[in-house]
Formats: sequence, C-alpha cells, structure tokens
Amino acid sequence: MTASNELAVEMKGITKRFPGVLANDNVDLQLKHGEIHALLGENGAGKTTLMNCLYGFLEADEGDIFINGEKVKVTNPNVAIAHGIGMVHQHFMLVPPFTVTENIVLGGEPSKNSMIDYKKARKEVEEISEQYGLQVDPDAKVQDISVGMQQRVEILKALYKGAEILILDEPTAVLTPQEVEELVSIMESLTDEGKSIIFITHKLKEVKAIADRVTVIRSGKWIDTIDTNSATTNELANMMVGREVILELEKEKAQPGEVVLEVEDLYAKNNRDLMALNGASFSVRRGEILGIAGVDGNGQTELTEVLTGLRKKESGTIKFKGREIKKPQTKRLFEEGISHVPEDRQRRGLVMDFSLYENLILGRHDRKPYASKFKMNYKTVKNEARRLIKDFDVRTPNEVVKAKSLSGGNQQKLIIAREFDREPDLLVAAQPTRGIDVGAIEYIHEKLVEQRNNNKAILLLSLELDEILSLSDRIAVIYEGEIVDILDVEDATEEKLGLMMAGAESEEVEGGNDVGR
Amino acid sequence: MKKWKEEMTLVDKDISEKKANYLKSMKIFDYIIPILSVVAGLLVGAIFMKIIGADPIEAYKVLWSSSFGSMRGFSEMLVNTIPLIFTGLAVAFGFRIGLFNIGGDGQFLIAYLASAYIGFLFQLPMYFHLPLAVLAGILAGGVWGGFAGYLKATLGVHEVITTIMMNYIALYFVGYMASGPLKAQGGLPATPKIFDSAKLPRLMTGLRLHWGIFLAIGAAILIYYILWKTPLGYEVRATGQNSDAAEFGGINVAKNLMLAMFISGALAGLAGTSQALGLEYRAYQPFGFIGYGFTGIAVALVGKSHPLGVVLGALLFGVLARGAMMMQSMVGVPKEVVQIIQASIIIFVASEYIFKYLVRKWRERKGDVIDAS
Repeated sequence: MTASNELAVEMKGITKRFPGVLANDNVDLQLKHGEIHALLGENGAGKTTLMNCLYGFLEADEGDIFINGEKVKVTNPNVAIAHGIGMVHQHFMLVPPFTVTENIVLGGEPSKNSMIDYKKARKEVEEISEQYGLQVDPDAKVQDISVGMQQRVEILKALYKGAEILILDEPTAVLTPQEVEELVSIMESLTDEGKSIIFITHKLKEVKAIADRVTVIRSGKWIDTIDTNSATTNELANMMVGREVILELEKEKAQPGEVVLEVEDLYAKNNRDLMALNGASFSVRRGEILGIAGVDGNGQTELTEVLTGLRKKESGTIKFKGREIKKPQTKRLFEEGISHVPEDRQRRGLVMDFSLYENLILGRHDRKPYASKFKMNYKTVKNEARRLIKDFDVRTPNEVVKAKSLSGGNQQKLIIAREFDREPDLLVAAQPTRGIDVGAIEYIHEKLVEQRNNNKAILLLSLELDEILSLSDRIAVIYEGEIVDILDVEDATEEKLGLMMAGAESEEVEGGNDVGR
Repeated sequence: MKKWKEEMTLVDKDISEKKANYLKSMKIFDYIIPILSVVAGLLVGAIFMKIIGADPIEAYKVLWSSSFGSMRGFSEMLVNTIPLIFTGLAVAFGFRIGLFNIGGDGQFLIAYLASAYIGFLFQLPMYFHLPLAVLAGILAGGVWGGFAGYLKATLGVHEVITTIMMNYIALYFVGYMASGPLKAQGGLPATPKIFDSAKLPRLMTGLRLHWGIFLAIGAAILIYYILWKTPLGYEVRATGQNSDAAEFGGINVAKNLMLAMFISGALAGLAGTSQALGLEYRAYQPFGFIGYGFTGIAVALVGKSHPLGVVLGALLFGVLARGAMMMQSMVGVPKEVVQIIQASIIIFVASEYIFKYLVRKWRERKGDVIDAS
C-alpha cells in the first residue's frame, strides 16, 4: 500500500529501541486531513516517543514517515516545522515575562530596519487569533494569564509558524472542565479550517468526546485504530490497559466517627497577596472521605497549604482532634498526625536528586528509629524503605536509585507510601492521581478507601469531578475561597456540582431543576 | 490479570532501571571531568609556555619537584594547602544548601584577628589557650558568615551581595584594629605576638608545616560526616536540592540557612586562625585580600563540593602556588602562567554541562538513553 494523498500524516512500521526496551514496536498511525485523531495509551506506553519521532526530537530506528504523501526524513524539529507540523507540549514552552505577541512571534519576528516590528507582529497575531477564534490579549504578559490562555498562545505559536498538522500532548491535563470545553471548540474550529490534529491522551472520556478516530498503543505496540463511535469507553479502556478495568470503585457505606478536623471561617492570602480563602468552614470525621470539588484556582492550593502549615492563615480557627491549632507549623502538624500528599509531587513531594530511601523519610528524618540527634540510622532507613517499596508496589530496581528515575505513577506511590505509613489521623490528599497511569490510579484509589475503612479522616482535593464522585462520602464545593455547600454523595450529580462550582447555592440548583421540569 | 500485572512490573522496572543506570553511568563524569580539566589546564599552560619560548616539560618537572622533591618543598606546599582546604570546605558546604559564600576572605580576616587577639591577650596553659584561640576564630568567622545567613533568612538579602560587602568591612576593620587599638609597640602595623601557649605547634623543626593540617583534615572528615551521616546534613542537602520539598518535610529552611552560613563562615575562619596561630603568630594590618576565599571557590568547584574532592583540589592549588614561584626563578616561566593554568582548569570544570550534553547527545544517537526527562 502506498501512502495516499488523503492522509496528512502516515507513519508506517515505526520502531524505536532503547536498549532492553522497545519504546515503539512497529507502530502505524494514519492521520486524515481535517480529522481529530486521538493517540490513546497509558503513561509510558510510547505515545510521546512516537510523536517525538514525528516531530523530529527522536529518529526512528525503523519505519517511514509520509507527510501529505511525501516521504520525509524528520531529522530534527526544523524539518517537521518546515513540513507544517506544530507541537504543543504538555509543559508549555513560553517566556513568562514576555507578552503574548512576543511569545507567539518568537523565532520568526517580523522586522523593519533590523528592529523588531512590534506593530506588525501585533497585527499578525490579532489576525490569526481572529481567524481561528482563539481569543488572546496580545499585550498581556504570559505570566499574568491563565493556564488555558497560555495553551491558546502555544497553539497560536504553532499556527503562526504555519502549522497545518498539530500535535497536542495531553492538552487537557492542566485545564479546568470549562477550559476543556473551550479547547474542544477551538479544536473543532481548527479542523473546520482544514487543520489536522493528533492529540495524545490517556483519558477515555475525552477520546469519546473529541476525537473522530483513535489509535490505541500499549507497551509500545500498536493495538488498533478505530472510529471512536464504534467502541464504548469500557472497550477503549480494555484496549488501552489490556485487561478488564474497574471504572467504578466498589466501596461500602462510610461509618463516620468523631470529628477530626474542624475548620471555621478560614481566611488566607495567595502568593499574589490577594485573599484566596474567604471564610471557608467545614469539618472532616473519622472514617470518611470529604471531597473538595472546585475549579482550579478557587482556593484549593491555599487551603491545603494552610492545613499543612505551609502557608499563614489570616484569620479563622482550625481545630484538630478537638484542640485549636493557633499557629500551624508543618513539623508540629506532622507530629500531631496530619499527612499530606501534595498536589505538585516533583516540587513539593520529592527531592528528585535524593535516593528513594532518603525520600521515604522526608518529614520524619530526624526521629527515631531513623535518626538520633547526631546520627542518621541509614541501615534502618534502607530496611524500612525496602519494606515500603514492596508493600506499596513501587516499581523500581532498588531503593538506592534517585527519585527522578521513577515514572510519575511510581513517584506518586512513593509519596503515598511515605504519608500512609505514618498512620496519620488526617490525610490531606491534593490531586493524588494527577497525570499518572490507570494502574497507579486504581491502586491509589484502593489505598485511599482502605485508609478510610481503617477509620482515618481523609480530605481529598481534586479537579477531576469523576474522582471526587467515586471516592467521596461527602462533597464540599469550593468557590472563590468559600465552601458553597456540602452534599452527601448520594445527592450529588455531576451537573449539580458543576453549577455549584460556578458559584450557585445548592437550593438554587434544586430550584433551577424544578423550573426545568 | 495476574500475568498482566507481572508483565507491567517488568516493563516498568526495566525502564526505571535503564534510567537509573543512565544516571549512574553519567555520575562517573563527576570524577572524570575534574581530572580531565586538570590535564587540559596543564596543556593550555604548556601552550602558553611554548609561545613565550619556555620549555614546558622542564617547567612541569620543576613544578613537580618544587612540591615533591624535598621535605622543605613538601612542607611549604602543604602550608599553602591548609587555608585552601578550609575555604574550599566553606564554599562547598554553602553550595550543598544552595548558598554561594563569597565572603571567605572577610571571614578569614575576622577570625585571623580574633585568634591573634586571644593569643596575645593572656597567657594560659596550652591545652586551654590554644583551643580557646581556635574557638575564637571559629566563632568570629561563624558569626561573620552567619550574619549574612541571617539577612538572607529574615530579609531575603542575597548572600552574594552581603558577603562581598562584609569582605570590605572586615578588611578595613581588621586593618584599623591591627594598626590602631591593638597595635603592638614599634613600627610594624601589627598586633603583639601571641604567646607560645596559643601557637599551633610545628610538625618538625626547621619546617613551617604546623598542626593546622590536622585541623584541616579533621574539618574535612567532620563536614563529610555532617553532610551524609547526620539529620542536619540531610536537611542541608534536602534544602539545597529542593527547598520547597524541604519545607514540605517540616524542615526549618530559614534556621538551616543561618546555621549553614555559620558553619561555612567558621570553616573560612579556620583558615585565618591557622594563619595567625600557625604561621604569622600575630595579625598584621592587611593591605588587600590574600584571596584564599576566592581560591576556595575554585577548590570547591574542582572538588565537586565533596570534602574529599576539596582536599584533593586544595592540594592541587597548593602545588600550583608553590610551583609558580619556583618555575619563575628556575625556568623563567612567569608566575602568571600558573594563574592561566588555574583559570583554565576552572573553566573546564565549569563547562562540565557542555561536556555532559555532548555525551548525552552522542548516546542518544546510539539509542542508549531513555528519554531522561
């Protein structure tokens, strides 16, 4: 079969070897003109490797790449760009103090008398942003705009360079539900304009909602390419993971005990010195999971940090196990029995250049049996580390390797191991499954429920509504730093929560539904 | 399902093993690069000698024999090395917590004066007087460095600025004291001589090498122990690698910054102490910085901020300093050439990143590297 012209991209028999590992094993991918094509697979399945071969970051060991029917040897990204391929990375590559316009034209600035012609640049940016319906403020600095907006800038950057084929690497990972919807309509308008899109994801719902066709790869192997309409979410999950996946979590009804954490009228500022928590009040009991649902940036980060002593509160009271904590200090809270799974595992949760065993004692590194006043007891530490690695199924050659050599899911398991092992009375889990593979997600969910059944109190903060709904016993919705309402999970629906996340009280939501009926 | 899980475990393990192996195999360059840099630095020096018409082989023979050819030469070389071990350790310890202590020269001078002061102030039994004089230097250097740490921890003032400023304060303060209030009778702008009971004894009669060498090696062992065997060292390294994670782990970052700057300052101070108690037996009015603090930066870089590396780096710079004079007098190679060698070594060590990048690219071509991002 020869490459036909109706294909924007055809990758045939791509094989990429790393010693001992076949990252891509004879993978095929066909992208039609004007289609949205999902590349589905778990973390580490080889999606990014495949796209890096297409974009020229890596060179395939075997296989051919055709772009618009022409065989191309993509040796570096410049070749890809010259052939109209643009890539939007998961981690944005923008210069924060530069304006939107400056970022978009970077590398191809229009010039006049050997000076950058900002007027022209600005006009061009406005033109393409209008053409594709991607609203941006050309004069805003990138550091001041939202993540969703930054992503649009990234897309515009690719379009500005003349991209006809766009690769979006996990584009929804950093977005709020609303921003995801906006992104979907942007993607649709792009394909209306004749662009073709490959988007990398491991989220099944998105595949169904966004893509026309989907290519599934697993452990580096091509599994299938199908129309998204022809498979159910469950079938896609099975293809991706290679076994039955339990999408619904089974758990018995909670048996909540006494109140462990009581928060009243809590106020705190964010990093920009603006009030981010505006009188939040709630309580968590033993043996239950309280989920905090909300759109990103409504005070979740600040709430987590205040409760774990990493941020000062302005006012309000925090009672833990019946006693008021006047000045929350991380170390004391640790010792009192609060564990914390931080939302940013690489920045907060781990010292990436430390070994696993060193990471596993962070926070109790100066306590028996790990240390006495002037001596670390690394023998005990290593023994404990081996036990935890085994108990929590952290996949690693040994306990001596650095944390940065683990995959994201295993890094998260490492943190979970450390935080659960301390037998806390309260566990604050912020985004515990962000960006990790299905296997690790299942595992962490099971562990959270297990902790609950062991009569621990759990405060779960997540941007994934599905996660909140399947894990929580009660759900508190946070909006602009206030708890709008707290619902029992039986009374909560995605719709209702969605409205409350936009600030509506639950009675209003009920009322609204009545009118609808 | 069981089987699937096992398979995944294998793949997962395999990948992290590859990554770990890669990181491990790159670690060897931590040792190779300093050695290569020294060789390359000597080559650059040889080129310069050729250009000015000197014989590099002869010169390097002299360089070698000046330090290793005689007991006296060996002793003088070690005398050069002692302060560099201290200031090298000072900078290295700062690096470990993410601080750049450029104030070694100021801490040196303050401790130099403090130790000399205790040394001439009163006469005491040696087992009491000498430790007291050393302690005075440790405290003086520590406080001088610790103050910069205090400013950093409480007000966020960058330690590079404060330590540079404090170098000059120390320079003029010590100059004023040595030529004014603490000046000895007579024409010399210096403090009175210290009592014998405060002197660091010499190892052998006729040689200048003194007990400071044991202090220096002891300090290197102590710093190694602190960094890798104590909770304090754990906290220092965690803070240096990722202060956000350290904070998350309940580590008091501000306290550790101050403490680390105190220790760093105390180490640099010990260089001044050994100068006063081991060599000069008094504090002279300084007419500029000797530069041990700055050379300490180079020593820490070459030594990769590891105590053993620092000792070796200090030896290297000690040999070069000793050889500089002999090469000038015996083969007519100006001593500036040695500075060129020193500078090239530092440049080569500092360009490690470029070297590692090239190796990485090369291995990626070979398909040897798992996307190590």
